[in-house]
Amino acid sequence: MVFSNKLVQFVLVALVVSIPYFGFANPDAKSVSVANEVIAENPTGAAQEKEEFSATKLINDHIGDSHEFHIADWNGHPITFYLPVILWTNNGLEIFSSEKFHHDNKAEHFVDQNGQKLVRYNEIIFYADKFEMLTQDQKDNGAFEFGARPLNFSITKNVFSMFMSAIVMFLIFLVVARSYKKNQLAPKGIAGFLEPLVTFVRDDIARPNIGEKKYAQYMPYLLTIFFFIWINNLIGLIPFFPFSSNLTGNIYFTFVLAFITFIVTTLSGNKEYWGHILTPPVPKALYPIMIPVEIIGMLTKPFALMIRLFANITAGHIIILSLISLIFIFETLAVSPISGAFVLFMLVLEMLVAALQAYIFTLLSALFIGQAVAEHDHH
Amino acid sequence: MNLTAPESLIFWTTIIFIVFFLLLRKFAWKPILGAVKGREESINNALASAESARREMQNLTADNERILQEARLERDNMLKEAREMKDKMVADSKKEAQIQGERMIAQAKIAIEAEKNAAMAELKSQVSILSLNIAEKLLKDQLSNKEAQTKLIENMLGDVKLN
Repeated sequence: MVFSNKLVQFVLVALVVSIPYFGFANPDAKSVSVANEVIAENPTGAAQEKEEFSATKLINDHIGDSHEFHIADWNGHPITFYLPVILWTNNGLEIFSSEKFHHDNKAEHFVDQNGQKLVRYNEIIFYADKFEMLTQDQKDNGAFEFGARPLNFSITKNVFSMFMSAIVMFLIFLVVARSYKKNQLAPKGIAGFLEPLVTFVRDDIARPNIGEKKYAQYMPYLLTIFFFIWINNLIGLIPFFPFSSNLTGNIYFTFVLAFITFIVTTLSGNKEYWGHILTPPVPKALYPIMIPVEIIGMLTKPFALMIRLFANITAGHIIILSLISLIFIFETLAVSPISGAFVLFMLVLEMLVAALQAYIFTLLSALFIGQAVAEHDHH
Repeated sequence: MNLTAPESLIFWTTIIFIVFFLLLRKFAWKPILGAVKGREESINNALASAESARREMQNLTADNERILQEARLERDNMLKEAREMKDKMVADSKKEAQIQGERMIAQAKIAIEAEKNAAMAELKSQVSILSLNIAEKLLKDQLSNKEAQTKLIENMLGDVKLN
């Protein structure tokens, strides 16, 4: 059962991951750019200008994060849901609407906030004066230029989406939990739909991997990550406001989840788990090699979790957006039936991948926890 | 890729996930898992009790069969006993009747003997009376003829002896 699932998942992942990487190895070097009349709002308020359609830019804009939620364009004017910007500046906490940037992402519009001038470049907010001193390379990779920018705790598109999904899921599960109090018989309605998934996580993920004795205490965590990842994967596939965020395809998000799994694994590690890492069953002379290897092994497991989820979901989004971009690249409607059919196919496949990745993340978390709490007879 | 500032998503993901986890654990997973487990237990119990009821039923059927068998045996025994008793009673009564009959016959015999003896005695007395009467008459008639008298008496007495 588990083996066949893993096989299916492997084949799918290989398929999904291999497609985009041929064309996406270096997106900036060979961006597909075709002159297209996209009317963009000029930050300085000047006349309309002709902008090239860039599939790379479109895809990067989508799979990345943003301080505002772009809903649609109407008569050349973007309809946007502005999200709050929360900054920890040198002068303390600053909270304001992202509307103040006037859609500027090229550091051309200055926002004066209590005497501090702020600019936004590629969705990263800098101090205007320090931004000028950066090299172009530093500007392009500004996420880690902590000296030149305030700490940013904004409710971005992904954070907004995560809030929404958490609230909706909490309400759904609250309703399900209530329904069990009223209805002692077989589950009905939404409980009937979710209960097989709950028992699936329990009987096919937690029990076989953690063991009959200790699985119960990890059930809440495994269920939470399973549903959190799955629902957010699905939300990312819905292509309109307030969904369409690429939350689970964001490496910071997957980093946090993988890190939590790492913490849970490390904290539940028993004597044998640590014994295996710190005093591996090899001759003492090999300890200088083996102990670092074991410690790296501890870290690679959650690292693989982080990369796997990020790559799978991002790849899926990139494929779908690339297929849609084909219409604009070829500038003909004739392509649309073909790319539409492919998009439909990919969306259905991505729905499967959404569930599979939630399953595989949960399964591997359970496996790592199981390794940490396992009690061997040998050694 | 516009990843914005890493600390934003890391901070919020951590906060939201932990709060979400704690809320779900308290308000969703505990009741749901509890209910699922409770229901599973009740199903298992129901199945086990059904199984035990089935087994009991089987035992009951076996018991019934056994009791029926016993009853049948007992009935047979009783019938047999009754038949024996009847035979015995018939035999007994036959024997008794025979004994009774024999006794009655014996009594009858004794009575007959007694009657006969009595009759004989009566007869004897009658005969003697008759003889006396005859003798009287003879005596009266043939008192003159001594010889005849003696002869007659002798004849008569000889007749009596024959009887």
